[in-house]
Amino acid sequence: MTDHVRLEGRAKVTGAARYADDRRPPGAVHACPVPATVARGEVTAVDPGPADRSVLAVLTHLDAPRLADAGDPTLAVLQSARVAHRGQIVALVVAETPEAARHAAAQVRVEYAEEPHDVTLVEDHPGVYAPEEANGGHPADRVRGDFGAAYAAAELRIDATYRIGPLHNHPMEPHASTAEWQGDRLTVHDSSQGGHGVRKTLATLFGLPEDQVLVVNEHVGGGFGSKGTARPNVVLAAMAARVVGRPVRLALPRAQLPALVGHRAPTVQRVRLAAGRDGRIEALAHEILTRSSTLKEFVEQAAVPARVMYRSAVSLTTHRVVRQDVPTPSWMRAPGEAPGMFALESAMDELASACGLDPVELRLRNEPEVEPDSGKPFSSRSLTACLREGARRFGWAGRDPRPGVRREGRLLVGTGVAASTYPVLIAPSSAEVRAEPDGGYLVRVNAADIGTGARTVLALVAAEVLAVPSDRVRIEVGRTDLPYGSVAGGSSGTSSWGWAVHEAATRLRGRLAGGAPVPARGLSERADTRELVGRGTEFARHAFGAQFAEVQVDTDSGEVRLRRLLGVFAAGRILNVRTARSQLVGGMVMGASMALLEESTMDPGFGDHTERDLASYHVAVSADVPDVQAYWVEEEDTHVSPLGSKGIGEIGIVGTAAAVANAVHHATGLRVRELPVVSRRLGEALA
Amino acid sequence: MREFGYLRPTGVAEAVELLAADPGARYLAGGTNLVDLMKLGVERPRLLVDLGRLPLRDIGPTGDGGLRIGALARNADLAADPRVRASYPVLSQALLAGASGQLRNVATTAGNLLQRTRCPYFQDTAKPCNKRLPGTGCPAREGVHRDLAVLGASEHCVATHPSDLAVALAVLDATVELLGPDGARTLPVTDLHRLPGDRPDLEHRLLPGELITAVTLPPPAPGARSAYRKARDRASYAFALASVAAVLVVRGSRVERVGIAFGGLAAKPWRARTAEAMLLGASADEASFRAAAEAELAAARPLRDNGHKVPLARNLAVRVLSDLALESVR
Repeated sequence: MTDHVRLEGRAKVTGAARYADDRRPPGAVHACPVPATVARGEVTAVDPGPADRSVLAVLTHLDAPRLADAGDPTLAVLQSARVAHRGQIVALVVAETPEAARHAAAQVRVEYAEEPHDVTLVEDHPGVYAPEEANGGHPADRVRGDFGAAYAAAELRIDATYRIGPLHNHPMEPHASTAEWQGDRLTVHDSSQGGHGVRKTLATLFGLPEDQVLVVNEHVGGGFGSKGTARPNVVLAAMAARVVGRPVRLALPRAQLPALVGHRAPTVQRVRLAAGRDGRIEALAHEILTRSSTLKEFVEQAAVPARVMYRSAVSLTTHRVVRQDVPTPSWMRAPGEAPGMFALESAMDELASACGLDPVELRLRNEPEVEPDSGKPFSSRSLTACLREGARRFGWAGRDPRPGVRREGRLLVGTGVAASTYPVLIAPSSAEVRAEPDGGYLVRVNAADIGTGARTVLALVAAEVLAVPSDRVRIEVGRTDLPYGSVAGGSSGTSSWGWAVHEAATRLRGRLAGGAPVPARGLSERADTRELVGRGTEFARHAFGAQFAEVQVDTDSGEVRLRRLLGVFAAGRILNVRTARSQLVGGMVMGASMALLEESTMDPGFGDHTERDLASYHVAVSADVPDVQAYWVEEEDTHVSPLGSKGIGEIGIVGTAAAVANAVHHATGLRVRELPVVSRRLGEALA
Repeated sequence: MREFGYLRPTGVAEAVELLAADPGARYLAGGTNLVDLMKLGVERPRLLVDLGRLPLRDIGPTGDGGLRIGALARNADLAADPRVRASYPVLSQALLAGASGQLRNVATTAGNLLQRTRCPYFQDTAKPCNKRLPGTGCPAREGVHRDLAVLGASEHCVATHPSDLAVALAVLDATVELLGPDGARTLPVTDLHRLPGDRPDLEHRLLPGELITAVTLPPPAPGARSAYRKARDRASYAFALASVAAVLVVRGSRVERVGIAFGGLAAKPWRARTAEAMLLGASADEASFRAAAEAELAAARPLRDNGHKVPLARNLAVRVLSDLALESVR
């Protein structure tokens, strides 16, 4: 294990790092979108407002360039008069300055033929249907055995419904793009988690060969999944640049992000557990109701982790969805796992209470030998080690299981635990590693370093294979003229790009083995892992973890404050201690934020998410997370990749919300089944 | 783009003159609220009169043992002032409970008093709002209103006043000093803000062009204890779900003097006169405090989703007063 500082750390803290909206090509102008102010209908007229010399164009569906179909209806911007949700873009203003663009956008008057809208998610909605599959390609339904019979016959039954509202990614850097055309060549600086994906999409939309599109994303200020695919900002910037014949910058105002960049879809999750008095699960059902927009089907796969976690002879996991006149949901850190494990791990806590078992012990008793639904062996599964090690570090032993009895003056104090899991995903990638005549090495791969420390870890992988000090390795990432890199998503980046770097470095090491001098033009090797990754596996591959939380609840106000959060993870080999800990802690902070703070309300009358700034959409700040610790158990999983590592980007968030909510129950005796666990959901009961 | 004039007068009289001459002019102090609202298109001033050069930053004693706070005193400076911390802890606590360190470094006393509501409908120019555009309606009543008013609201507006500072000043019987085209006058802080009624666009009682030049605090009553308690979902940087400012003097076991004000419940800092009247001379115990708070909050008219504020405010008041009473007998 190495402990290496971030290679780009200095550039970031000194402001030298350039993000998508920091680009200032000569002659650059600025674009500002005009969002729809109805939830459903058609645009019938657009009045661009008073003439202003600094305004270069006001694009609408009538005059915007035509785009080809790239398979994502949210990117067909300004292609039709239809309004599918409030906040969808209905016009785009291009002006000399950002201020002029913003002002002119506010002057544009759009008329609509408004239609009645449907934005309220209810369980008996007539439009509910069973999708073909859920996000990630998972089957919507999986059934093992006769759930109804097994459930009815059980000694103990838990039947609880959990609710999570919409959640928003809100990366620190908003979605921004700077686009420039040189003839039929397009260059975009885009705040993206995957430049090659954006290139392919833009090439399709604008009818260009891919090699005429260059996408640069050297530094990205977070994304959590919302930058995993091209978003409307890059399409609009490219469109506008073509129309006005000048480079165009477009940064989405934060208030427009909830409608345009995806969000975690709300879920209503019913969990039923049937068990013996010894806590052994006999039947498990996890049924999800979620929603998507009318533009696109996205099904949050929240029942999928229940197919992985616990032994049960009988199981029923289903997803149902309704399409409504709302913004389109998409990926947000650990889609499926983060919301699904809140429900499942809360239900496990309820089961532990019902059978009088310690919640750690309950989980140990339900440890499966093989992956329950697939029957496949696990490539490695160290959940029990995480639970035991976490309990030891946290000081779990001797915990008084009784809820609502630990008082410190006006405070109630409690502790909770939850397990976490996240799949190991690996995508094909390419990389080049070059030996320079001066003794240095250059690694080239189109990875996206979205704040994860990817370039640092990849340089370390090459240095290790080449057996050279890491300060002799340079790395280039974040450009589509580098070897193909997969998207920074699904916690797959390090394994996917790292495997390619490992392979290329291994080949180069072979070439250098004879001790021959490096030629003046250098010596390079490339690798493409398509074959290697595509071979498939007979193993179920997942990372696991256990989170422990301590909370205090003020009995006067119901205010819940996190005191401690401790996670122990088993995620294969940890390649760089510093950036790994940062990722895991970051995930846990986001999970605590999901548990206690983040709340978004769909306004039924207007059809938009009401909390659209960081003053009203509360994310955790330092004072909310006083003590967060991440550890890991030794695990090297060679069934996964030559690196032996699993992903760590997302597992930190999974389980955290349940651990916190379980701790609130332990503190107060109140079971809050809807997130966030804010004071108004506790206050009156405590008064 | 939308152009506006910008002037930086060096004298107070000059500032007043500039503002009085142009109904489209606005005073600019710390800018932490006005500039945000300009970006949102809620405020569209024709002229900004930047008060930054005016000599209104001093905090100093008054002849009677009180404190005079210049209108431009920064929240961070006021919170840290040793006289404030020693004699008016409720004020220091309220300031530190508000906003973030960065905002407190630039936000000013008078600006804080005059900040606008954070009601989401007021801030969104694509939606109707009687406060922003009189006569357009109040969608908050049926919409998202869990943070909005339970006291003193009307069918036309359910906005709350967001300031913590104002709640503390209300309970301290502070006075605002005003200078306008027709001269100087003073106003109790509790009379500064208006309840919405049928004119929610009229938020305060300043006359056109009038400038707050200072806020004065009377000397603290002998034996007075004071405290501010704010409930919020986030540990920092969040507006109050409800807050309480209280000043208490206990003689023997009786309440000799008491001041209570609620924040986060109404369009102004809510001075709890009913509760105060009940408590004068009453036994300084939890039961009296609870009965008084409940009597005050009997006037609450919660909406569908903000009923939680009523027991919350009651609990906060009982707790703050009980703690102050305990401190008094120590």
